[in-house]
Amino acid sequence: MMQMPVPDAAVMAQRQAIIARLQTALPGAVIDDPAETRAYECDALSAYRCAPLAVVLPETTAQVAQLLAICHEMRVPVVPRGAGTSLAGGSMPTADAVVIGLSRMTQVLEVSAQDRLIRVQAGRTNLSVSAAVEGIGFFYAPDPSSQLACAIGGNIAMNSGGAHCLKYGVTTNNLLGVTMVLMDGSIVELGGPMGESGGLDLLGVICGSEGQMGIVTEATLRILPRPAGARPVLIGFDSSETAGACVAAIIRAGIIPVAIEFMDSPCIRATEAHAHAGYPDAEALLIVEVEGTAPEIDEQLSLIRDIAMRFDPVEFRESRSEDESRRIWLGRKSAFGAMGQMGDYICLDGTIPVTALPMVLAGIGDLSRQYGLAVANVFHAGDGNMHPLIIYDANAPGDLDRAEALGADILRLCVQVGGCLTGEHGVGIEKRDLMSAQFDPHDLEAQMRVKDAFDPHWLLNAAKVFPLEVSAPRRDRRLNSMASDAA
Amino acid sequence: MRPETEADLAALIRDAGAPLSVIGGGTRLWPGEGQGARVDMTAMTGVTLYEPEALTLVVRAGTPLQTVRDTLAAEGQMLGFEPDDLPGSTIGGVAATNAAGARRVLAGAARDALIGVRFVDGQGQVIRNGGRVMKNVTGYDLVKLMAGSRGQLGVLTELSFRTTPLPQVTNTLQLRDLDAADAIHAFTVALGGPYDVSAARWTPDHGALIRLEGLRASVASRSAELARRLSDFGSLSQIEDHPWHRPAPAAADPAQDVWRIICRPSQAPTLLERLPQPMLLDWGGALIHVAMPRGQTPDLPHFAGHARRIAGQGAAILPPPDPVTDRIQRDLRDRFDPRGIFRGAR
Repeated sequence: MMQMPVPDAAVMAQRQAIIARLQTALPGAVIDDPAETRAYECDALSAYRCAPLAVVLPETTAQVAQLLAICHEMRVPVVPRGAGTSLAGGSMPTADAVVIGLSRMTQVLEVSAQDRLIRVQAGRTNLSVSAAVEGIGFFYAPDPSSQLACAIGGNIAMNSGGAHCLKYGVTTNNLLGVTMVLMDGSIVELGGPMGESGGLDLLGVICGSEGQMGIVTEATLRILPRPAGARPVLIGFDSSETAGACVAAIIRAGIIPVAIEFMDSPCIRATEAHAHAGYPDAEALLIVEVEGTAPEIDEQLSLIRDIAMRFDPVEFRESRSEDESRRIWLGRKSAFGAMGQMGDYICLDGTIPVTALPMVLAGIGDLSRQYGLAVANVFHAGDGNMHPLIIYDANAPGDLDRAEALGADILRLCVQVGGCLTGEHGVGIEKRDLMSAQFDPHDLEAQMRVKDAFDPHWLLNAAKVFPLEVSAPRRDRRLNSMASDAA
Repeated sequence: MRPETEADLAALIRDAGAPLSVIGGGTRLWPGEGQGARVDMTAMTGVTLYEPEALTLVVRAGTPLQTVRDTLAAEGQMLGFEPDDLPGSTIGGVAATNAAGARRVLAGAARDALIGVRFVDGQGQVIRNGGRVMKNVTGYDLVKLMAGSRGQLGVLTELSFRTTPLPQVTNTLQLRDLDAADAIHAFTVALGGPYDVSAARWTPDHGALIRLEGLRASVASRSAELARRLSDFGSLSQIEDHPWHRPAPAAADPAQDVWRIICRPSQAPTLLERLPQPMLLDWGGALIHVAMPRGQTPDLPHFAGHARRIAGQGAAILPPPDPVTDRIQRDLRDRFDPRGIFRGAR
């Protein structure tokens, strides 16, 4: 089980005074009734819950600045929240924290086809950003699977990816600028045309900083012309190794599909039982999607077919219609729902070098047997971003602990083969204490220096990302800084 | 000083008592940079890992860019961001300056392909960040912070890049008669449609140039489609082998400075009205290179973006950073380099 620091007694003692200050500043935007703050007690990592001291829902950058200035002055911890869809506990509150939620900041501020960008308030959902530019023939490329619900501000905090990053990159590659409020209430614009500011790449380092450097209130995002069309193929194999080798061969041939998705047999069987997509009974399955005009798609798919045939697939199904495309994607898109039918699950997202795929899949199989818990794999194979799903029973005593221990072992394996703990979900609280498996103390120290520059008192989302004992001296400094202010 | 290993370099920095400038090939220095004693990185060379099927290259910082290009080309790959091929340039310099060529409109800059770094900070401490996989959000992204930091925060020693397949064919559409402002309108049409444009550049000699790359049939069909869309922009020709190489920006007249302006393409025509004829427009109009009389500052209206003198005498940037950005930048430099060893790079 993850631990969180003991709530700051000094802050808890001031609860009423803090709420009064916030209410005076922003009447109507403060939630402090425990029955209502409970709605904010967790994000999508719902095994961990803690209601915050209060929740505030501002509507403008100036209001966010006002709120943060108050919290800074009173040394109150702040947890920023987009839509609360983090799988890593990135927006899980602590009892002594004020949650600043972006749910009322959803406006489109500017659309420019000429400059190929959209500027939005950071609470706007990912999918509604694409929707806002669909009419002029554009889309926003990063597409995390929570895109219907997740907020752009959260995407920036976690540097979210999606199924199409092999071609289009992740959030940081599609982010041109932000308006951000620092913990002391100062407002700063980072980035610029082409994402360049003329100085250090501060935009690059705040993207993926998990709400620890400031609260992004507005974002300028690169938009791309919508491709003329897209078509998937489904390829079944009699072993995961062969599927992995086929992925390598496609990339080696110089083809970069927009997506290469991989499902293993536990996942195929579960989704087939749940969604009836008509998938073949194979050990491993790839969905490869290519984009372009009809002749471009034909050219790419014919090359992919030639490559796949060298690996003796048990099935090669090329979509010939919208309906066939939909059916090919149906199983993949319902995979997580299907897993939910099998039990509770933990979704990991370690990334590995694609060349290590067969070895890691075998290793996960061994660990799964060792722990006696089923693991299904469904993931973005082109970029090595795995998504092992560990199935467990939340009602069985000790099962969550066992599932977490298995997860930690799988992530250590990812690191051992040259990969990393998380490819797109973020560290949050979930992988916080594993960071020392990937980084030396000096590497973590260098990262914490950056937070020192943005948030010297460590008030923003502070008990995340870094192992608690590693960040403790800095978090404890907050108490001392308050004492010295009072003196 | 020409360290041969990361450990030597770290010791050298720990022992340094005066400011240093770290230099790769010295091909991308801006005015005012390179002060103090120089640390020459060109002895720290070699590819440490290359997995073409994983699109991954790990290479020591002093390795010549040309060696990297040759290594990748032998396996049918390249650096997708197309750094300018300057003689003597090192891969460390490419990363430290966040270099990007014409393909930036499609593939981004060095920062977008850089997936891992090792560097030595101002205390002589070796620090790792990122890794060798292209999707990685484990901890803060110091890779981006180091890319383009021009030696101010630390010395890059090893870099991991995502590589890109070489295109099977390349075709360039040329609209020779367009002036710079009209070229931007043509670029907007090309970059706003589903053509996968991989470069959109204008020069006084060539007019507007728009590049398409990829599989043969695909390039042919996109070229035909785009040529139809651009038929209102005057005579159009197609070139199979246009040299997209871009020389180091230098004014034809040695008594002139070169300024680099980054702006929104929609604002570029307004800026161009206030400037002499540019030497180059790139990235669909988001980049302007213009020669100015020595010491003279371009007189520009307020715009989203910035202008910097990149050749000539003395550092200059317009507008100067706002106070909050300035404070954070100074704070970061002080934290990574508390003794001011890399002051020569500032």
